[in-house]
Amino acid sequence: MITVRFFSMVREALGVEELSVELSDSINSVASLKRALADQNGAIWDETLHQPNLVHALNQRVVRIEAAVVDGDEVAFFPPMTGG
Amino acid sequence: MSHIVVQNVVVQKDVFNAAEQYDLLMRECPGAAIVTFTGYVRDHCDSGCVGQLELEHYPGMTESVLGELGQQASKRFNLKAWRIVHRYGVLDVNEPIVWVAVIADHRSAAFDACQFLMDTLKTDAPFWKREHMTDGSANWVAAKSSDSERRKRWRE
Repeated sequence: MITVRFFSMVREALGVEELSVELSDSINSVASLKRALADQNGAIWDETLHQPNLVHALNQRVVRIEAAVVDGDEVAFFPPMTGG
Repeated sequence: MSHIVVQNVVVQKDVFNAAEQYDLLMRECPGAAIVTFTGYVRDHCDSGCVGQLELEHYPGMTESVLGELGQQASKRFNLKAWRIVHRYGVLDVNEPIVWVAVIADHRSAAFDACQFLMDTLKTDAPFWKREHMTDGSANWVAAKSSDSERRKRWRE
């Protein structure tokens, strides 16, 4: 099981802050997780998770979409940061 | 060698006073060249008048990214000390958002380190701004390409 978190306008568009996902042979990377979430939850998820510039973090570090995930990991999706 | 008791990274909801932050840092780590930057909530944007600014962040990741950027700056510019205070939550116009201070032996390292920290934290620290306008509307602030351009110049 992994934790998936959403922030800012991604959280707002999906209406979800956090969820748990069971890993499987087909969900074992950030890319495959994103694909599964986009495919299984309807048009809004598909559109939101496929927006250009979506940032992915694994265990609170920004990673490439190919990064592998294992049980206990925390994955987050969010738009580009606007701090400062 | 002075003993540093001030925390390098502070992420807080409460308002802070930049002058007090300066005095605190100076008491703990006096130095030869000190540069600070304070960012405040502005009262306008392209689409109108801003009433309040809301800052969402990713607790945990925010602190670790700011800490890493500070360590990078420290090494790259040979800093004596550095400190970042950044707020989250709902902020009123003219309130401070961020305070960055660096202490070095010479001014050029201090100026560069402060620019480095501001340029990198804007694009790398997980904060997201939302403007609440005086007309009641609210919008997420889009990342600026000028900020990512400024970020690029620090990539080695």
